[in-house]
Order: sequence, then structure tokens, then C-alpha cells
Amino acid sequence: MARLHEYQAKALLREHGFETPAGRAVGTPAEAEAAARDIAGPVVVKIQAWTTGRKAMGGVVFCDTPEQTRDAAENLLAMRVGAFPVEMVLVEQQLDIALELFVSLAIDDAARAPVLLLGLSGGSGVEERAKQVHRLACDVEIGPDDAELSRVLAGSPIDASLNGELSRSVRAVFETAKAFEARSLEINPLVTTKDGRVLAADCRMTIDDYAVFRHPELGIDIARELDHPPTHLERVAYDAEQADHRGTFYFAQLNVASDPKEAQAPARAPQARDHPLVGFHGAGGGGSMMSMDAITHEGFTIANFTDTSGNPSAAKVYRAARIILEQPGLVGYFGSGSGVASQEQFWSAYGLAKAFWELELNIPALIRLGGNAEDRAVEILESSCKELPATVEGYRKDDTPKQIAARFAELVAQSKGGAWTPRTPTLPGFVGSDAAFSFPITGGRVWIDTQQWDGIAPIAAEFAPGLLEDKGGAPALAVGEEDVAGKDSELIACEVECRRAGVPGLFVQLDIPGLNAEGAR
Amino acid sequence: MAILIDDKKKVLVQGITGREGQARARLMLGYGTNVVAGCTPGKGGQEVLGVPVYDKVSEAVEAHDGIDVSVVLVPARFVKGAAVEAIEAGVKLLVLVPDRVPVWDAMAIAKAAKQHGAQFVGPNTLGVISAGKGVVGMIGGRAESAKAWFKPGNVGVISRSGGMSSSTAYYLGKAGIGTSTVCHIGGDSVLGVRIPDAALMFQDDADTDAIVLFGEIGGSMEEDLAALMRAGRVTKPVVAYIGGKAAKEGTRFSHAGAIIEGGKGTHEGKVKALTEAGATVVPSFGDLPEATKAVLG
Repeated sequence: MARLHEYQAKALLREHGFETPAGRAVGTPAEAEAAARDIAGPVVVKIQAWTTGRKAMGGVVFCDTPEQTRDAAENLLAMRVGAFPVEMVLVEQQLDIALELFVSLAIDDAARAPVLLLGLSGGSGVEERAKQVHRLACDVEIGPDDAELSRVLAGSPIDASLNGELSRSVRAVFETAKAFEARSLEINPLVTTKDGRVLAADCRMTIDDYAVFRHPELGIDIARELDHPPTHLERVAYDAEQADHRGTFYFAQLNVASDPKEAQAPARAPQARDHPLVGFHGAGGGGSMMSMDAITHEGFTIANFTDTSGNPSAAKVYRAARIILEQPGLVGYFGSGSGVASQEQFWSAYGLAKAFWELELNIPALIRLGGNAEDRAVEILESSCKELPATVEGYRKDDTPKQIAARFAELVAQSKGGAWTPRTPTLPGFVGSDAAFSFPITGGRVWIDTQQWDGIAPIAAEFAPGLLEDKGGAPALAVGEEDVAGKDSELIACEVECRRAGVPGLFVQLDIPGLNAEGAR
Repeated sequence: MAILIDDKKKVLVQGITGREGQARARLMLGYGTNVVAGCTPGKGGQEVLGVPVYDKVSEAVEAHDGIDVSVVLVPARFVKGAAVEAIEAGVKLLVLVPDRVPVWDAMAIAKAAKQHGAQFVGPNTLGVISAGKGVVGMIGGRAESAKAWFKPGNVGVISRSGGMSSSTAYYLGKAGIGTSTVCHIGGDSVLGVRIPDAALMFQDDADTDAIVLFGEIGGSMEEDLAALMRAGRVTKPVVAYIGGKAAKEGTRFSHAGAIIEGGKGTHEGKVKALTEAGATVVPSFGDLPEATKAVLG
């Protein structure tokens, strides 16, 4: 879930009429000092970080003067929370608090509707406030029922003169959540002041990942929950996913090899240091989880979680494999999903075979391709990788993750733990040559060596029917460029089949923007 | 009997002229599902795989004297519009296959369904298959695979994972246990048919003698099923596997929510709730067939 910082969520709340303390978010000590001067009174300075317990970690500081505020901001902006450096602090007016309450909106999966939770007992501390919680069911379009909200407020110990303002504030929570398609929006505490105001003192908000595309104004660049700032490869993978909606591609780095250049990436858990890293490529969430358990059980550490499923294109599986193999230090590549996949598994086999060939893979790769057309998938993968230095094996639905993981451990032991070094992919000589026949496709370009066309033509006719034709002994497009643009899977199949047939004269060059960017390695 | 789908129900495919729509229509027709119509705005009058295509769902409903089930295979952002159209046209069961449907759209679909007395499976479902009778969605992928993998029998399967719904039924079949219906309820947080709903349908189904559940961490559906069992509303034996035990470390609950909801959503909480309600919860996925055999006696 895409999370917003407190100051971002507060700005959205204000738009919908929920008052927040005077103040602003700043990124430098000088700006913090200026913000405190504008407030002209005691302030609180809070780190903007996705965490709970900011107070306990020293992330909240109360200041009486602008000079104190500057010093506090300097210290806070040097903090790190987990893997995230603190980049902003929020400078706000201190409040003269009468009561601490809370209100939060959540999605109630049983009701299939939003629900508002109101903690109105006024105790201090989350536990105290949670003691007496009212659940207020909401209509997805209309929000809470006004009469019910009034009844709940009337029954609370809060001064009745505040009920009008409280009611407006609770409604603002619903309207803000609805407008930005929040999965959760929590105001904790919501405070009343001795001078009779109702304000959001703190605020946490998450946006539905699947709706982020409808809210570009929120500036969410990577709509995924990660416990670290997105790594370079996670950004590359996210962009690749956004560019191709055929099937699902998810990539998250869990552990990385020790490398000072990768300071931004998630560190390896200390207990994992002695356990070699494995590139993991799953298919489907449930099966991936079981397969990762199996490989972890053999004493390996998962470098990355990757899932290509839901009938992905060969190009998507290829890009996933290339991104996985951009991680240094892997001792092997393990692919496994549910084992009984509805998708046609040979598309995945083609994508993997292409990536492994281009990179001249030299670490063991074991791929469970169980499901539709599994025999063909295994045959394609194994036969097209047989010239590689690596052992590449395909498995079917009757092979369990446990057995395959044990075999994987055996192969890694035989290869004496040689670790992977990311490399530049091999390009055939005719790529870029003036003599080659070439045409663009979505996200790339196809190259055909005209010298080998005689051998390629029958393979193209079988694996990419209707796309290419012979014009006087040379290749030509049989359809318009727009009709061939989305046929990348078929053309990748052709490329691999041509190589298997000993006529390696067709190549699909696929872009992965940012993958080999300067300094990425 | 089976639940949700059989060989008689009249099925509409929304988005039938698209790549996914055509591929899934081919599977459903090949398996024997009674697919009578397709719907794509602007493509009315065409035929896909011999199935007539209409511009509007209401036209298909009229031409075929009612539609029982609509399978929605349009891009995620159009699912809400397509689903609400079908609900308003009087279709009482929808199967929402696409992944990435925004959750506020899913809740809007739920509201429309409630108003019209309709149900929906999904979003993000692989579909539902009643072995030997019919399939809706994409479960099995191809008709010949679906026929080979799913053996007719007396066990109802409910799964939160798409791939694992096929795996569960396949490994049960290998152990000689057939299924009445396999229902992938979907991977999203707001679902039309939830685990307890599907369990109640299996409870009422004369062809089902036991329920096998592939559950996962998060949410409260497994606990809700346990509550139904304790209340005596689900009395057929339940055999369950709960995935995600190892994943619990990274799972976060919002602070106040974690306090209010108590132990709901965790692996231990789900295993405990189901076990105490009388379900057989197996520690390893591979144990499901043996445990199922044991409860069937």
C-alpha cells in the first residue's frame, strides 16, 4: 500500500475541512527556524517517517524558540528510520490539549464497505483510547449515517458544544478517504483544545495501490509497500511492469550482497550472512510462498521475491529474469510457483531461455514449470540451455518444491558456491547491421539476418504464423507494423526456436529502461 | 449439484472480443459450460467462437431469456462499469477475473450487488470449476487440462490463492479424491463470495461431503468460518492449510487496528480458531490429501 507522510495526509484533510495545527513541512534547519518564527510560539518538530513510536525513538521534539527549532531539525534530519533517511520534518504549533480522541477509517472486508472507528473516551495512550470504540458502518458513496453519528457523539463524555465540529471532522475523514481512495486513514490523536477547537494532531494514510493511477497529484512514484526506499532495480522492475499489463510482475529485493555501492538497498539480515543468496522467480503468490519456504529450509537466503503470473507475456518473464540476474552474488536461480498453473507455461520457458542464453548463465537454474503445456515448456528450457555453462533443469507438476530445493542444494554444492556476477548480454553480430532486416515492436526491435532467412522462414511460419513473409528471397512483414507490435511473445518463441534449430538468425532486442544505467552496478 | 456453476447455467462473457475474453471463452466452451452470449460495447452483431456478441448486457439478457452468470474479462479499470451494468440488467452471479481492481470500485460493486440481490466471485479470481459440469473464469487454462486435472467427487475446495486452488484439487485427485466444486474466491481484500459464504454453499450442497480450505494470513475470513462452525451452521468436516507462516515477520497491522481486532489475521490466530472449531488444520500443504481421506472415512 502506498503510504503518505503525515504532512501530506494533513494537507488532504484540510482540503476537506478538517483543521490541523498551524505549521509546515521543511527539509532544512534554516527552513525549520523560519517556520517556527512564522508560528510565533512554542512548536513541536516531528520526523516524517513511516513508522510508529516516533516519540520513543526521539523523533518528536518540543521547542520554545526558533533557534531551538533549528537545532532540533538539524538532529532530526540526520536520523534514519530503518533503511529510510529522514528527509522532512513537520514544524507545528504546540496545542493546549483538552482531550485526546481518535478516528480512523478502514475497509471492512466482511461488510465490503468502509467503516469508521471512533475512540471518544478521551483516555491518554492508544490502549486507553481503544477501550471504548464505536464502529460506524459507512455507505461507500454516502459515508456514515448522520443520525447515528449524532447519537454516538451525544453518548460520549465530550462537551456537547464540540459535537458540530467533531461531526464535520469525522465526515471529512470519510470524504478525504473516498476522494483519494484510501485503504486506511487514521487520526490518532484527534485532539480538542482548551479553547474549543478540534484538530488532527497526527495522521496516517495509505492509498490503494490499484487506484494510484487515478491520483497522479499525490506524486506516488512506486505504489508498493517496502520496508526500505525503492532500490534501483525495484524502480526498473516497477517501470517494466507499468509498461506491460499482460499478466503480473512483482519484484522486491529482500536481501543483497554486501557491497558499499549498494548502501541504499536493504541490508542482509545478520543471521542470513552465512546463507548463500538465491535469485527467486515465482509464479503466483500462494505457490511462491511455499516454494520460498522450501528453498529457505535448505539453508539459502532469498535475494528477491519475484512473481510473474496471470498469463504473462514471454517478454515480461524475460525482463523479470534479466532484472533478477542484475543482482550480484547469487549462487543459483530458483523458479517455482503453484505447480499446476493454468497459464501456458512455454511462454515462461521461452522468456527464461532467452535471458539465460544472453547472459551465458553459469549458476544452476532450476525451474518448476508445472501446469499447462509443461512437457513442452520443460523441453524448450532444457534443450535451449544445454550449451550453457550452467545446469538448467525444468520440472513438472508432480515434482514437489521440497524435492527440487534439495536438488538445487546438491547442484550448488557441486558448483562450489561460485557466485554470479552481472554481465552485459550477448548480442548477435547482425544486430544493428545495415544488412539485417529490422522492424520495431512494442518496447524493442526485431532483427533478422537475411543470410539465414532460408532457414528462418519455415520456423517463423510455425511459431509466428502470418507475421513474416518471403519477398523475392528476403524477409518482409506480412502485416502492418502496428499489427506486429504486440507479437513479442511469438517473436521471442521464434528467436529461441531458430537457435534450437541451428539457424540463430532472428533476435528480439527488448528494452529494459534504466537496467544498465551508468553506475547501476 | 455442485455450487455456483454447473452444465445448465446460461453464461455471458463480458469482454469476449478481447485477447483474454476469447481465450477464456474457448476454455469454457471446450469444457462444456453453457456459454450463450458475449458482450462488448460497439461490437454487437459479431460472433466469437460461434457465440453471438451484444453491445449491452440487457440485450443479451433479453435475447437469451435471462443470463445466470456473467464472467467479466475487461481491463481492471472498466470492471466496475461492466459489473454494475450486468447487475442492473438482472444477472445474479458475476465472476470478476481481473487483477488490480481498485478497492473502492469493489465496494461500489458490492453495494450494487446487495441492492439487486446479486452475488459476485472475485475480483482477482481464477474462477470456479464444478468437475465434469462447467467452468467459469480461467481455472485450468485449457479445456483438455481442466478435464485431466479435476476429478468429479464429493469434496468442496475453497482457496484464497489461484494457483493453489488448482494444485489443491490436482493433488487431491492424484490421491483418489474428487471435487464437487473448486472455488478460487480471489486474492483481493474485498471479495464478493468470502470463505464463510462459500462454506455455507457447500454445507447446503448435497454433492459435497467435506470442505478443503487453502487459507492465508491477513483478514478475518478463516476466523469467520470458525465462528460458523462453532455456531453449528457449517457441520461438514473442514480440512485446512493456512499459508504464510514464514511471511508473518514482515506483515504489519496498523497500530490501533491491531489492538482493536485482537489476534485476528495472524497465522497462529487462524490455526487456533479453526482447530478449536473442530477443523483439521494440517501443518504442511502435502498433508492435505491424507487428512481429507481421514475425515471422509
